[in-house]
Amino acid sequence: MKNDQAGLYIHIPFCLSKCGYCSFYSISSVHLIPEFIKAVAGEMAFYKNTFHAFDTIYLGGGTPSLLSVQQIDDILKAVNNNFNIEQHSEITIEVNPGDVSLEYLQQLRKLGINRLNIGIQSFDDPVLKFLGRRHTSKEAVFAFDAARKAGFDNIGIDLIYGLSGQDIDVWKQTLKETLSFFPEHLSCYQLSLDEKTPLYKQYKKEGLKLTVENEALDFFMTTSQILTDAGYIHYEVSNFARTDSLKSRHNMKYWRHTPYLGLGPAAHSFLDCKRWWNKAAVKPYLKDISEGKKPVEKSEQLSTKQLALEALFLGMRTKDGINFELYKKRYGSDLLADKRPIIDELIKNNLIELKNDSLCPTLAGMAVADSLALI
Amino acid sequence: MKDKSPPNHWRAFFNTLMENIRNFSIIAHIDHGKSTLADRLIQFTGVCNERNFQDQMLDNMDIERERGITIKSNAISLPYRAKDGKEYILNLIDTPGHVDFSYEVSRSLASCEGVLLLIDAAQGVQAQTLANLYLAMEHNLAIIPIINKIDLPSADIERVLEEIDSELGLDPDTHIKCSAKEGTGIEDVLEAIVLRIPPPKGDAENPLAALIFDAHYDSFRGTIIHCRVFEGTVKSGDIIKFMHNGTTYKVEEVGHFLLTRTKREKLSAGDVGYIIAGVKTVADVRTGDTLTLQERPCSQPLPGFKEVKPVVFASIYPIASDDYQDLADSLDKFKLNDASFIYEKDSSAALGQGFRCGFLGLLHLDIVQERLEREYDLSIILSVPSVRYRFTLKDGKVVYVDNPTHYPDPAEIAMGEEPYIRAAMMLPERYLGTVMKLCMEKRGVNSNMNYTGPGRVELSYEMPLAEVIFDFYDRFKSVTQGYGSFDYNIIDYRESNLVLMDILVNGEKVDALSQIVHRDRARARGLNACDRLKEEIPRQMFKIAIQGAIGGEIIARSTISAFRKDVTAKCYGGDISRKRKLLEKQKAGKKRMKMIGSVSIPQSAFLAVLKSDND
Repeated sequence: MKNDQAGLYIHIPFCLSKCGYCSFYSISSVHLIPEFIKAVAGEMAFYKNTFHAFDTIYLGGGTPSLLSVQQIDDILKAVNNNFNIEQHSEITIEVNPGDVSLEYLQQLRKLGINRLNIGIQSFDDPVLKFLGRRHTSKEAVFAFDAARKAGFDNIGIDLIYGLSGQDIDVWKQTLKETLSFFPEHLSCYQLSLDEKTPLYKQYKKEGLKLTVENEALDFFMTTSQILTDAGYIHYEVSNFARTDSLKSRHNMKYWRHTPYLGLGPAAHSFLDCKRWWNKAAVKPYLKDISEGKKPVEKSEQLSTKQLALEALFLGMRTKDGINFELYKKRYGSDLLADKRPIIDELIKNNLIELKNDSLCPTLAGMAVADSLALI
Repeated sequence: MKDKSPPNHWRAFFNTLMENIRNFSIIAHIDHGKSTLADRLIQFTGVCNERNFQDQMLDNMDIERERGITIKSNAISLPYRAKDGKEYILNLIDTPGHVDFSYEVSRSLASCEGVLLLIDAAQGVQAQTLANLYLAMEHNLAIIPIINKIDLPSADIERVLEEIDSELGLDPDTHIKCSAKEGTGIEDVLEAIVLRIPPPKGDAENPLAALIFDAHYDSFRGTIIHCRVFEGTVKSGDIIKFMHNGTTYKVEEVGHFLLTRTKREKLSAGDVGYIIAGVKTVADVRTGDTLTLQERPCSQPLPGFKEVKPVVFASIYPIASDDYQDLADSLDKFKLNDASFIYEKDSSAALGQGFRCGFLGLLHLDIVQERLEREYDLSIILSVPSVRYRFTLKDGKVVYVDNPTHYPDPAEIAMGEEPYIRAAMMLPERYLGTVMKLCMEKRGVNSNMNYTGPGRVELSYEMPLAEVIFDFYDRFKSVTQGYGSFDYNIIDYRESNLVLMDILVNGEKVDALSQIVHRDRARARGLNACDRLKEEIPRQMFKIAIQGAIGGEIIARSTISAFRKDVTAKCYGGDISRKRKLLEKQKAGKKRMKMIGSVSIPQSAFLAVLKSDND
């Protein structure tokens, strides 16, 4: 872990419509976008002396691709005015396949954005409809091709599996089509429903069931098998990259307790054992900044014990696992010495393995990472 | 408890003549409104004003209030000016409501001349109504049937009257209607107590004979003895003697139970009150014992004394071994107020240092466990409860074993014996078949049956106590739909083909789960234990094998499959704190489990093996 440089996340809280499964904060009042962009720039000023430099920038949402090229440019300029952006930084934007034209993508590329994450979710139209997505599989194909034409050589695709009654063959077909694009990065999320989401209510109302455990495991294992066979590294529970350098450098920071600054409503930040997060609603967020206040909802000072627990559940999500030396240095306890009997039992049961002075989950272990954290 | 003077308006009552005293209990099926009626009587007679009134006045412990059962006996003296213009002292003696404490109940009733038999106007006569009636009749008490909850829309007074006649065999014309909740009919109840319960008999000049019906511990004054004086007089300065063992103490104070203890000059024949005499612990006092004066003792003790012995044994271990000293201190304190609870040091290969404890029954055990956790803030594990077995070894030595860990070497055993009880059951005839089937399944023998009224049966069986502990009471209640009542007496030890059954979790023997069982039942009990443990032990990341074994032979097994997927799909910046909080909670839950080898076993598993799943 050479890279301890902080990452910057900017939450764009606008969506034209709400996808049924999504619990991220967003609103459809796009007329607030201009005011929001000024506010984000204002928020940066609060932190210019706390966070000096970043080597990743991630524009997430919401739907960042609802913003015009000019608006995105404004945000990036504000970033450059307030912070140092390292050379060779990873600069990602999430886009919705239905929103993007070739020209739009070309201009994003010109702004210095070098990584795209396309929320394709599925190549199956009935699935897309069920999920409440605005785009079709045809638009998804178009968006990907346009991104390549626009010169993006680091493209990630988001997919969702494990819908009620989804046949694993339909999912395999989606994976096969996805692979035909040869994306650099893939995120495959098993559908889980927060109680607040519309799809949760629909599931309840129609008596639909999420995939049961065995089936979920089957999807998880099959996905891993197909993608690793195709040459991808399964480097986190839901994430796959073609090479080490194509892993999402920004997201890795979350799993490694690397500092990050989150701007925009509901965004979370982490620095020096402290985590804080912004108010989730746009209007109070705008109001605070207009009054010269940080729009922080809450902050927490994390004890070493809490950090250690986080390090365990985050580490167990990743292929690289938990480095004993680093863990001892940061959290003061010798994992291997303290937990030897249970570690041996878990090794015996093929859930973890010792590799390179690290405790690493096996594929089966990754599937129960949350429990591995409780050893 | 601080001493406090009574209100002026009834200070004068204290020179009450014996003919103006009434001693009574309220008896009822659970939830028929016993505590509420007691509250209303207390309020009506003005012992307590609105300000210091709270519901369930006589149930002092949280656990009593929550479970709606009375565990400790309690007494209170109520002053009452009756319609005849005379002033009375009505002594209400509250009684526990469970078979584990039936001896305490019998001593409380022995202290009374009459009872209020409370019946819910909607539910009518229930199992405990009948069982309580029989208890009262055994003590030749005056019985006043009271129909409570007449305010309920579902009240059916006609039907209840008919049941009083046909099922209880009481004259329905003698009933009183009230609603303790609404406070109606309370004066009628008080008048009936005065008119229909006879005053106590006895002579204040005779040698002292006082019945101890309870005792509690006060951190300032030591043991407070609760008693009913039958003959004679006791006052401070007297030297009193416990008749069962002859120990003597000097009386420091006597008095009445008002809302708080209230000192009096003396207690005389007919009185209910307390005695403080420098007795260190409640264990030095025996419920049912007779108190007399050393100088001029009564010729013989009051009838009915028996030494209450624990019949169920289990070991208590702290979940965290660091808490051992805390547990030891807490048991010490706990024992001060619970004479029937006994304990000694014990240790387990699987669970470490702990204590072997004796209880009156499973409810008592349950209550002790809950109070230790609640009032002393301890997290504890209980081993599987056991009765006390008797083994005659080949060398002629006789050993008693209440802890499976101390099971003798099977090669040395000449004979094993287990305690038997006589179970007395009352039930509606329609349940007779299922109850007999249950009793036979529990190795019941020598049944006896009697019709006590139309459709009512009294049934008795001789059964091994161990079978009764093993989920008998719950199943009996269930098969009789709550209409059956049950009581038992230990009769003797009988020869039995006993074996030690061990439980292995992932190949490791968990001694706290071992049981001594009848050989013919071993396989069924083993399977049951394996199944129950399978339900109680949460799935873990790896497969867990549970086995029942006699010696080296595996007689039962079950497997808890591993859970194989629990990870959430997304965990980014905004998810981490929430996820940590969730895991912190799970971690705290896990702390309440005992790690045995690499398996976490929850507290509940240890008691669950005694429950069966067939109802």
